[in-house]
Amino acid sequence: MKSLVKYYLEIADSSLILSHRLAENSSNGPFLEEDLACTNVALDLIGMAESIYNEAAKVQADGSSGDDLAYRRSEWEYHNNLLSEQPNTDFAHLMVRQFFLDTYHYYLLMELTKSKDSFLAAVATKSLKEVTYHLRRSSEWMIRLGNGTEESINRVSRAIDNLWRYTGELFTASEVDMELRNKNISADLEVVKNEWEAKISEVFYLANLKRPENQFQLFGGKEGRHSEYMGYILSEMQFLTNKYPEAQW
Amino acid sequence: MSNLENQGPLWEVFIQSKAGQPFKHAGSIHAYDKEMAIENARDVYTRRGEGTALWVVPSAEIVAVSASEANTFFEPADDKVYRHPTFYTLPEGVKQM
Repeated sequence: MKSLVKYYLEIADSSLILSHRLAENSSNGPFLEEDLACTNVALDLIGMAESIYNEAAKVQADGSSGDDLAYRRSEWEYHNNLLSEQPNTDFAHLMVRQFFLDTYHYYLLMELTKSKDSFLAAVATKSLKEVTYHLRRSSEWMIRLGNGTEESINRVSRAIDNLWRYTGELFTASEVDMELRNKNISADLEVVKNEWEAKISEVFYLANLKRPENQFQLFGGKEGRHSEYMGYILSEMQFLTNKYPEAQW
Repeated sequence: MSNLENQGPLWEVFIQSKAGQPFKHAGSIHAYDKEMAIENARDVYTRRGEGTALWVVPSAEIVAVSASEANTFFEPADDKVYRHPTFYTLPEGVKQM
């Protein structure tokens, strides 16, 4: 596989899988307003994933389509980060996952607007508007959950403890990422990491929340080694394409 | 939908479709505070490009005429045609009147 395609897939797969997790929450939100807000974010993410898949298929030029990439691969061929596939355990988990990834997306896309790859730069510029709003929403929720009731504080703290171990992977560049970095195509994850850390600290300060002390981290998603949840996500997500192979998006 | 009593107070949403146009009532939403109210209003009412500006107002702050008072408030206006600007022609080009 071409390096550029692999890099595209790391970004697109993370968007797709996260959007699937958010879509699972559709009709299960705590109330109507939040339900719609979550599905809005899911739609933004799937829109970004779709355009990257189509471009990846074009670059790959082996006759496969964007749909093939999105729906017709096996688990180990998906390159999304582990954090995006973590389950909607409760609303706190959903929102902490969203806050970590919104912050990551925001600074990642900021860096990608400077990419030498004109497609990536264009997608980043377009998506940045959406992600700016996502980040605003999830930050506000963190501040409310952290300053809320005893139960909301317990739940948000537990979610932070459970999900922190997946954040290190976000800033660990894969081999293709490093290769493309030398060509000024991929984002500089060192810069993204510093910005991410600063934003997390700022919001945690406002929310009266603490960073976990345990710094143990899990890796592997970008190389296709996923957590136990990934198979279940794919079997649900790919059900339609498996049952109706000719179906078009 | 669970926890109906736990959704926060009600807010009324007003949308302006274009700069210079009046804000129009779009509906209502629930939210715990101002910031969240404007975000919920955006997510519920402006997803299809309905507007370029948004107001939210706590429903409790709106003063309304009660239905029983409607007669004394509005009926006297019914039989006074001379109050309507129907006796002159509007210049062409006037769109909002």
